[in-house]
Amino acid sequence: NDHSEEPTPYIEAIVTYISYVLLAVFGHIRDFLRNKGFEANMIATEPDRTKSFVPLYQNFESFFTRNLYRRIRDCWNRPITTCPGAEFEVMDRDSPDYGWTFRYPGSTTRAVNFGSYNYLGFAESSGYCADAAVAATEMYGCGVGSSRTEVGSLNIHTQLERAMAEYLGTEDAIVFPMGFATNALNMAALVGKGCCILSDELNHSSLVLGSRLTGATIKIFKHNNPADLEAKLREAIVYGQARTRRPFTKILIVVEGVYSMEGSIVRLPEIIALKKRYQAYLYLDEAHSIGALGASGRGVVDYYGCDPRDVDVLMGTFTKSFGGAGGYIAGSSRLVQHVRQSSHSAIYGASMPAPVAAQILTALSILLGRAGPPDEGKRRLRQLSVNAQYMRARLHQLGLIVYGDRDSPVVPFMIFMPGKVAAFARLSLAHGLGIVVVGYPATPIIEARARICLSAAHSLDMIDRSVQVIDKLSRLLRIRYSRRQPPDWTRDRTRAWAEAQLAEFSRPLAPTHVASSANGVALIGA
Amino acid sequence: MLIFVADADVSWEFSDLIEAIYSAPTYHLVFEGCLILFIVGLLFQHSFLPSKRRGGSGDRLSKAEEDQLIAEWQPEPLVSGDPADEALLASYQRCATSQVGRSVTYSDGRTLVNFATGNFLDFIGEARIRDRALASLRHYGVGSCGPRGFYGTMDVHLHLEEQLAKFYGCEEAVLYSYGFSTIASAIPSYAKRHDIIFADERCCFAIQQGLEASRSKIIRFAHNDTAHLEELLQRQAEHDRRDPKKARVTRKFIVVEGLYVNCGDICPLGELVKLKYKYKVRLFVEESASLGTLGATRARHLRGGRRQRAGRGSDSGWNRECSGPLRGFVVGTKYVVDHQRLSGLGYCFSASLPPMLAAAASEALTMVDEMRGERTARLKSVSDRLHQRLLAELDNLWSVEGAPMSPIKHLRLHRCTGENSLPALEAACAAAADAGLLLTVARYVAQDLGQPAQPSIRLSVNCNHSDSEIGSLLDFLKSYATGLAKKCFQQLNISRKVRPWII
Repeated sequence: NDHSEEPTPYIEAIVTYISYVLLAVFGHIRDFLRNKGFEANMIATEPDRTKSFVPLYQNFESFFTRNLYRRIRDCWNRPITTCPGAEFEVMDRDSPDYGWTFRYPGSTTRAVNFGSYNYLGFAESSGYCADAAVAATEMYGCGVGSSRTEVGSLNIHTQLERAMAEYLGTEDAIVFPMGFATNALNMAALVGKGCCILSDELNHSSLVLGSRLTGATIKIFKHNNPADLEAKLREAIVYGQARTRRPFTKILIVVEGVYSMEGSIVRLPEIIALKKRYQAYLYLDEAHSIGALGASGRGVVDYYGCDPRDVDVLMGTFTKSFGGAGGYIAGSSRLVQHVRQSSHSAIYGASMPAPVAAQILTALSILLGRAGPPDEGKRRLRQLSVNAQYMRARLHQLGLIVYGDRDSPVVPFMIFMPGKVAAFARLSLAHGLGIVVVGYPATPIIEARARICLSAAHSLDMIDRSVQVIDKLSRLLRIRYSRRQPPDWTRDRTRAWAEAQLAEFSRPLAPTHVASSANGVALIGA
Repeated sequence: MLIFVADADVSWEFSDLIEAIYSAPTYHLVFEGCLILFIVGLLFQHSFLPSKRRGGSGDRLSKAEEDQLIAEWQPEPLVSGDPADEALLASYQRCATSQVGRSVTYSDGRTLVNFATGNFLDFIGEARIRDRALASLRHYGVGSCGPRGFYGTMDVHLHLEEQLAKFYGCEEAVLYSYGFSTIASAIPSYAKRHDIIFADERCCFAIQQGLEASRSKIIRFAHNDTAHLEELLQRQAEHDRRDPKKARVTRKFIVVEGLYVNCGDICPLGELVKLKYKYKVRLFVEESASLGTLGATRARHLRGGRRQRAGRGSDSGWNRECSGPLRGFVVGTKYVVDHQRLSGLGYCFSASLPPMLAAAASEALTMVDEMRGERTARLKSVSDRLHQRLLAELDNLWSVEGAPMSPIKHLRLHRCTGENSLPALEAACAAAADAGLLLTVARYVAQDLGQPAQPSIRLSVNCNHSDSEIGSLLDFLKSYATGLAKKCFQQLNISRKVRPWII
């Protein structure tokens, strides 16, 4: 089993709790000083006109924002000024008042981009995809003021849907302009009152919102744990609905392909077996796995060699691997027809902008081997997989606690303490690494972490350089918490191994094709 | 029970305790003994928790019984066999091969004049906006590849937010990447369980989804009826007087649309603002269709915005209509709006707006500013003129819903022309295509509470619609409805002829 999840060591857990308690104590002291006028009060307050209204949000929420989050606000929302490719320029900011406001002196810092979801490296401002997007903008403009079911359908939408269904091996597919909305607005078309949703405890917020809007009973099972899922499934079928005691009309299991904060890959074959045994339906969100996993990039279904027909609803997004935006739902033609007829997004929401559709369509064509240089799609897939394993192995060898599965392109490693989280975020940027850090409330309170997203655009040299920096920082910040030996597989993931894997694609690593936009027209026309 | 008193003067010893027991009256000892027995009894009693009862030995199912039940369970199919709605599905096949601007070209070569999409200020296809989008595309690529928090913020986003805030005269603006999700995320980021929302009964579906996600108590008031709203607010105020403790923590909101997409009329903002202060209720105005489209009213909205900048709870627009590429945003005071950056689900957890669309929106906004309401005034006059002519020339053929100056109008077949059913209207749209006009019926999902009782054709006016284009629209509507009326009349005649014979 190449999955690793080392529990938080006790000492670190205790120290982390103590640091949050300290932060809270100081927060209360500062609040007291602010209220008594000893300290300048920078909090955005209710304007005089609405002073007598009931406060708009809870005191605790704003306590957290002004006393904890504000101190380290500079670690998030960092604006960039370039394409989110292998490297980007991060706008420099400084805060004259400890995080209340920012000033932009106008300079930028170059950093390796480990933050964006750009798995296959299609976030490019030149090359085939960008050319196609330009051509599409010239042909269709960049907005459509109507929904698909009124008059907002463009030719390119149909082409994209056909290509997506072919790529996934399903009968049909439908695309939406926003990934979040694909989940949030379409689940209600599938299940409703009297149904049961079994949802992984770490599912993305869009799935949680989507489930809530269906009106179905929601039960949570332990993360990626088929045994717990089976127990919950049996309970749901045997005991039925809570008060009426009627049996559920349908049961929908909702899981993600790759969990973006954990780096874990769903245990799909076991879940498919369960779903078959208990006649439940399966909704698989491939937001982070489509394009990023599997020999031909067809996501987690491809990775395990499962039959796409065993997954009732295949959902995914175009933001991550295709450098676009939006999402899709694919499955049997009956399912897709139903979604077309009753999806809130397709009936009320605007349709997908043409340049975005062109970008995705071209990326798909490259993956299918129909556009771009020969084997370009294969090269990107191989590069991503090699990068992911190489980076993960190196981090394991440094002695960090690394979460997730071997092949996952998301590599989180643990930092735990809030002070170290901020220090790591600042120092890594100063050393030219754009790494995302995540802490409470996005993770459990004692599991703050940093997260690296690999991309096919990264070169092995970039990874080596970055690992050197992380090596230095992890020593400085003492975040080499792991008490275990690095997993066995990491031993042979050396630089030589990586180079051997990439040898057959001896072309330059991050190519920028200078192609004419006629190329793009040829792709999206007809 | 025995009570030990920690007193410095009285030092109890074990022998004293024994002594105390002996000297205590018998009834006291019996009482103490009963209490001890009672406690022991409690300790060994089964739990009364209903959840534990089910698992109790009595009705616990054996594995075999469970398996039996599981084998018996017959789920419904995931997708119920709902009949295919051919007309609706056909709209996916009817694909444009050009931009959906003032005119649209279809794959069969027909070019139609567009009266169906919200392109009010005719910005779709505007060269200036397209060039800016292309320049941005060549610099940033297409996707932003991440949510705002994780390196998905580009300088264009910051610039657009600043520009929007300035445009509205508010302190801060927050950008969303999809219109529908803007209001649906903004409402539940403030309104929680136990809060109260007063919503107009004709609010669009995005608002309804937001209301549902908030899990607050929803009170609907009659469409644009401030008297009814005030009555409801008064009733609530009385409740609050009776239970001031609860009232102190219950947030109250009014949710309205600036220009109602579902009926094409305008909210009485001035009166709503008065009510807002009178009853201390926060106000959400959904301006998706009204931003930049309401000529004189835009100024009114804006001035209103400035005057009650602080007061307006939040002002939200999910805008697909006016500038095409612009997706969704919320403006308001810093106190109000900044909160969404951490708690608006659609903001935090969704990839940010593709930078080229942000750039295009920014350019569109600059144009709106530069034109100083020139196109907006034109739009208003075109809408007004169309409205007057619809009323004058199509009397007794079509009924028109919507405010005269609103660029959105709902058309319905008049009773004497025939049944105003969805298929009849769809047939009318198909006939319009033959006449070179693009019309659409307004689509709703079944569970939409704001949809009108009667289906309709939703007309959308473009500020650059020429008189001849409007003329051909009117001609078509007239001839089509007259044709229907004639058919209807003939049938009526037949039935008149037939009727005496039957009697």
